[in-house]
Amino acid sequence: MGIDFKALQETVKQRFGEQVLAWSEFRGQYGLHVKSGRIVEVLRFLRDDPATKFVMLTDVTCVDGLKLPETMEQGFPERFAVVYHLYSLEHNDRLRVKAFVPEDPCEIDSAAGLWAAANWGEREVFDLFGINFRGHPDLRRILMPANYEGHPLRKDYPLKGRGERDNFPKYTEIPEA
Amino acid sequence: MGILQNRFDEENVIFTNVDTLLNLGKEHSLWYLLFATACCGIELMQWGASKYDSDRFGMIPRSTPRQADLMIVAGTITLKMASRVKRLYEQMPEPKWVISMGSCANAGGPFCKYSYSVLKGIDKYIPVDVYVPGCPPRPEALIEGVFKLREVIHEERVLRKQGKTPKPRTPIVVEDPHAHDPFARHSGGAKLVKA
Repeated sequence: MGIDFKALQETVKQRFGEQVLAWSEFRGQYGLHVKSGRIVEVLRFLRDDPATKFVMLTDVTCVDGLKLPETMEQGFPERFAVVYHLYSLEHNDRLRVKAFVPEDPCEIDSAAGLWAAANWGEREVFDLFGINFRGHPDLRRILMPANYEGHPLRKDYPLKGRGERDNFPKYTEIPEA
Repeated sequence: MGILQNRFDEENVIFTNVDTLLNLGKEHSLWYLLFATACCGIELMQWGASKYDSDRFGMIPRSTPRQADLMIVAGTITLKMASRVKRLYEQMPEPKWVISMGSCANAGGPFCKYSYSVLKGIDKYIPVDVYVPGCPPRPEALIEGVFKLREVIHEERVLRKQGKTPKPRTPIVVEDPHAHDPFARHSGGAKLVKA
């Protein structure tokens, strides 16, 4: 049981070369930091390789690295990191894949073709962080109203919002005929 | 009531008594919409379950707005949810009432000041008859709210014409009977007896 992450590091390095930025390890949890260019290939390899078999995508989320302290800037080459949480049912092991996305163009390939679970997860990331997923089948807002402007989980978004709540329409009683 | 509603001028013994009778029927069969969006919903379930038992007031939860008379807005309403709440409200047949349950539905609650997505009170979007404060309110407070609403319904004019200046639906704020008795809040009203 368990994945040999030492061997996996070698294989990934051989296959994807300069795409790999770093590996992280914290209390037995491994993280793979990659560039966003060939993210779908990396994810497809992790899903299909018999040594890993990460067949389940638990979550897609995102981190905004704006104004990080200097000590942490090293591990954050671009502004955003799209995070994929993978789980291997066969090996009972998890992996966290971080793909770094620049502010402009704020784009990454969609993983919705690999896991159906990525569909809504990526919609949420698009809604709250404004990252465009190329090739996503249905990239609409999922949590905020359709007419909402802005992406509220970005760190430069004001904490109180931009007055959307105060300008929300009030109820007016319909006058009787 | 259709064509008979608010058509009669006289304040005589027939119309007043018929109004009272109709109001008695309405206030003792307040079927409420089973609708909850946050932790207030847990208290709502408690209130509907055997200990507090809303059934004994003739209040039966309905799963469709088309059979409901009362909407209890229990929980946080976000901007996206607001239009859905309004659609549910519009699907309810007249006459209909709304109880706003808990701080979030009343005024935005803990999200009132710092949030980008939470509506600052459901009364901005649908008319509210009774506000029940608390975070979340205990089932007793909700029962108090329902009894306040019954008083409102009891005063309504059904057959008789509205007064020259029809009474506006002034909202009522319920006081939590156990607000200053923390022990009572955790023990369902039981008093501590020293041995």
